[in-house]
Amino acid sequence: MLKKVNAVLSGLGHRMIEGVWRVGAAGRLFFYVWVYLFESLKRPRLIIREVYATGVLSLLIILVSAFFVGMVLGLQGYNTLQKYGSSEAIGVLVALALVRELGPVVTALLFAGRAGTAITAEIGLMKATEQLSAMEMMAVSPVARVIVPRFWSGVISMPILAALFSMVGVLGGYFVAVPIIGVDSGAFWSQMQASVDFYDDIVNGVIKSIVFGVVCTMIALFEGYDAPPTAEGVSRATTRTVVNSSLAVLGLDFILTAFMIH
Amino acid sequence: MSDNIVEINNLSFGYKGRLLHKGINMVFPRGKVVAIMGGSGSGKTTLLRLIGGQLTPNVGEVRVDDEVVHEQGRDGLYRLRRKMGMLFQFGALFTDLSVFENVAFPIREHTNLPESMVRDFVMLKLNAVGLRGAHNLMPTELSGGMARRVALARAVALDPQIIMYDEPFAGLDPISMGVVCNLIRSLNDALGATSIVVTHDVHETFSFVDYVYFVSDGVVVAEGTPNQLRRSKMPFVHQFVHGEADGPVPFHYPAVDYASELLRGHRA
Repeated sequence: MLKKVNAVLSGLGHRMIEGVWRVGAAGRLFFYVWVYLFESLKRPRLIIREVYATGVLSLLIILVSAFFVGMVLGLQGYNTLQKYGSSEAIGVLVALALVRELGPVVTALLFAGRAGTAITAEIGLMKATEQLSAMEMMAVSPVARVIVPRFWSGVISMPILAALFSMVGVLGGYFVAVPIIGVDSGAFWSQMQASVDFYDDIVNGVIKSIVFGVVCTMIALFEGYDAPPTAEGVSRATTRTVVNSSLAVLGLDFILTAFMIH
Repeated sequence: MSDNIVEINNLSFGYKGRLLHKGINMVFPRGKVVAIMGGSGSGKTTLLRLIGGQLTPNVGEVRVDDEVVHEQGRDGLYRLRRKMGMLFQFGALFTDLSVFENVAFPIREHTNLPESMVRDFVMLKLNAVGLRGAHNLMPTELSGGMARRVALARAVALDPQIIMYDEPFAGLDPISMGVVCNLIRSLNDALGATSIVVTHDVHETFSFVDYVYFVSDGVVVAEGTPNQLRRSKMPFVHQFVHGEADGPVPFHYPAVDYASELLRGHRA
């Protein structure tokens, strides 16, 4: 019995130490990213290549998802609003839901699944095949050459993807509300224009997407950089990227929203 | 300036409570090809990482060109590493870059040469390893031997003073093995460099190196020229050179008595 208690306590202790160690390692990586952050702007070609890999190649999944989310919002919104005789407000509902919440949050979740996993797997495999060690031995910092350009790409791509998500989502909502259900087109757009505030809604949405971009990309980069150099290690790291990014996005969304709502 | 470009003095290194090296002393004279040999897991590759400053010794020091490696800051370490080239066990080529771009990588990172000169340098290095015609290929299109040769061209791209080879013959066919042996010797002599070859392939290595260190159980158990070691009566050297299955290096990993192990399973 005493042995079992001892084993459980020892296991807990190991997990705690590992957790603290990982937080420290993530902090150290973030520090190095900061050190090389502006130096890497001297290599715009690397950043552009990564923006293409993480941002442009994520466009399809983001835009298709946005259109469906917008259509579902249109249907659900109309279903509820018509009970109160305000079905013309469907445009406002769709736009506010997308710009304030769904745009940044769903984009970040899709980004973590599409681009975040790709970043983790790529860096994890580079580590497993000694490409990062080779770079170090050539007196080239892997953080400057590999990590920071990907960090920039995430931070640049996420707000643009979130904006495109909101735009296509609104079009999806319009497609359901106006041509299919028959809501007045003028009412749809004019109510939206009158009710969506640039600073309170759009700027706050952009701030959220930038924060999610930093967090999701850092998690993906750290998990790849910290992955044990084995097939199992890389696969676990990839899973952790999705789980940790999703939890971080949802948790941070609540905190940011709490600060943004007066 | 010391005659030895690399010196390892009383080096001990270990992690997780296990001591991998216990007071190792080695010297690598300028212009020579020196092999570090030993069984799998004897810490040969770790020695290369200690020389390259990727690991820090627990006790002792590694000197490169009269400077203690682990006492250097980031800039000092990078300055020392620019004097080194390293060939990794499986090449470690950058899989997103072509053969040409792989060899051009260190040149572009550390010089401001115009593109025409970068091209000339890359072609010169690729020609030296016989792969000028493969400059457009991607690493995934190369055989193991070709990848190793491209990695060698990349390792010598900036004409380093020290070239380190981590298991350069692992998984190669006899023809590629012969090619790599010749390249290590000829590049070393042409560049006036010092080569450190970590390997356990006795016959290939003895054909071209100047000096050999045998490492086992964390210490240097034998050293000498290939001819001296071939004639050695030391049980470890004899077992290693002649590839005997059992001897001072046991066939079995340390374990409890076999009979009691079987009985324990039976009782369970």
